[in-house]
Amino acid sequence: MGHTVLELAADGGKAPAAEAGGAAALQLAEMTVSYGEKPAVFSVDARIPARSMAAIIGPNGAGKSTLLKAALGIVPRLSGKVTVFGEPFRQARHRIAYVPQRASVDWDFPTRVIDVVLMGLYRELGLLRLVRRRHREAALACLDRVGMADFAERQIGQLSGGQQQRVFLARALAQGADLYLLDEPFAGVDAATEKAIIAVLKSLKEAQKTVLCVHHDLATVIDYFDHVLLVNVRKIAEGPAATTFTADNLQATYGGRLASAHIDQLKLPA
Amino acid sequence: MTMVDTFLTALMLQAGYNAALVALGAGLLGIAAGAGGTFLFLRKRALVSDAVAHATLPGVGIAFIVMVLLGGDGRSLPGLLLGSAISATIGLLLVEWVARRTRLAEDAAIGAVLSVFFGIGIVLLTVIQTMSRGKQAGLESFLLGSTAGMLYQDAVVIAVGGGLALLAVLLLRRPMTLVAFDPEYAAARGLEVRLIDLAMMGLVLGVTVIGLKIVGLILIVAMLIIPAVTARFWTDRTEHVVLVAGALGGVSGYLGAALSASAPGIPTGPIIVLVAFGLFLLSLFLAPKRGVLAALLRHRRFQLRVHRRQGLLALAHGEAVLDPLTIRVLRRDGMIRGDLVPTEAGRARAAKALRDERRWEIARKIHQDEAIHGRYDGLTPIETVLTRDEIAEIDRRIGRPVVAGGAA
Repeated sequence: MGHTVLELAADGGKAPAAEAGGAAALQLAEMTVSYGEKPAVFSVDARIPARSMAAIIGPNGAGKSTLLKAALGIVPRLSGKVTVFGEPFRQARHRIAYVPQRASVDWDFPTRVIDVVLMGLYRELGLLRLVRRRHREAALACLDRVGMADFAERQIGQLSGGQQQRVFLARALAQGADLYLLDEPFAGVDAATEKAIIAVLKSLKEAQKTVLCVHHDLATVIDYFDHVLLVNVRKIAEGPAATTFTADNLQATYGGRLASAHIDQLKLPA
Repeated sequence: MTMVDTFLTALMLQAGYNAALVALGAGLLGIAAGAGGTFLFLRKRALVSDAVAHATLPGVGIAFIVMVLLGGDGRSLPGLLLGSAISATIGLLLVEWVARRTRLAEDAAIGAVLSVFFGIGIVLLTVIQTMSRGKQAGLESFLLGSTAGMLYQDAVVIAVGGGLALLAVLLLRRPMTLVAFDPEYAAARGLEVRLIDLAMMGLVLGVTVIGLKIVGLILIVAMLIIPAVTARFWTDRTEHVVLVAGALGGVSGYLGAALSASAPGIPTGPIIVLVAFGLFLLSLFLAPKRGVLAALLRHRRFQLRVHRRQGLLALAHGEAVLDPLTIRVLRRDGMIRGDLVPTEAGRARAAKALRDERRWEIARKIHQDEAIHGRYDGLTPIETVLTRDEIAEIDRRIGRPVVAGGAA
């Protein structure tokens, strides 16, 4: 595994040279994505610091998910460069774990909860290696972290939305990545699941990992995240949540779609 | 001999050399088609294989003409199959290209390629009928398959091709499963989704080509799809679907070939497809979890549960039970007496139902989620539906356990 050196360095409490100089976990340079001839994301620069809990925030149709997918190479970029921990994206892609939106898959697919998590071990298993006991135990440990170990043998269609989201998170955990990209992980999940997910994400941050979520709930931004990226096709603002998640920036991002009365009620940085 | 005797003889591979070759070939083809077709089914691209199958026909015609021009009689099966594989590949790439590069959707691309290639093929076959050289008789058998005069070499071609297809399934099963289940996640992990899709279609194309001789291009899609659909009734695991579909395909091929050998003039390919369809029908009705009968039984049981629950809640509230089915259920369970007065057990159960109801009420408040609402049936233990922390959340909201409804 390519990232063991970095992990060891992190364990020793000393960041490796590349990261000590402040290399971002994820850096986007002038990224543009377009479906047809209307840009969904236009010339966005971003710099997500390593070991941060970051959120991409913006109105519906602002290109938040597209931004994430383009950074991952799922949708093609018209222009722009992606750098991960100071390395070109392709060399460092194995250090990234992606948690797609729940609605993006067919939950009637013939597969069990544990099988989905084992997909996270895809790199380790390769094409032919058999799933052994240690793989199964690793997957179960990831399920346990999201509170789903009792559900390992269930067909995935029998789960509630929140439980499906937890399984997707467990699959990402199984990858043992350094950078976690999540697309609306809290959309339509129950309160207990939201708590469970945020606890896992915070434990990742404590373990020196980096987390970046597409996030839609403005009320929880300050509690959950320390770095925000406000986008509406273009980048509006980026920086520490404490100085960036401000009424002015929100107004600029949401325009008329967010009544100022609503902004007044939000928990904003003190 | 009666037809049954001949069928049994054919099953034991004792019905003559040709019949034995056909049965073995059809069985092998069925295994390869069932296992390979599973991924097509899981990726929801069954109809692409129909376009690919129809796109084989021009290749058959052109290969025949080329072989005749080179001085042969044009009947070499490997030659014809090579030609069909080439034109099917062109058809497949065209479908891909149209769907990706133009504004047309994949179904339009499939329709266009399927009909145009098939039309070209029919024109070529007609032209070939007028050629003075070569042995053109029997070329049209590629449409519906024909097993008359099947040679040892033909069986070898099917066996080798089928073996290669199974090898491809073994090698590509993980990437193909990942792409079928969650293509975006697969792409994020660096899998080339388009290449894996092409490899999957290549696998299907290979099966189609070796199936031309026995089943023919019109019906081969059935051998790719029906076993997978049938297998899905019996299991919830991808690898089991692949194995069961392979087995069902093999059984269909072998049985179908034996059946068609048991009387003269019964076409092999269509019979194989009908056998596969028979297995599908059996599964549709009898499968334990996903079958129609199981669903009916489940629905009936669910209905009884609902009535039992409603009845118990009515008892708990001291209301009269009026619905005849509810009365029957409660009577049978010994919850009420003949005069509709609740028994001792009935009173206790009613109190318990009321308490359960309260727990679910909280659960519904917390889980603004249809999947949970759908699981509410009043009898399923909440522990099997919710995770421990979710139940803890409910207990937190209920507060200290208080004696609800009298009985504990």
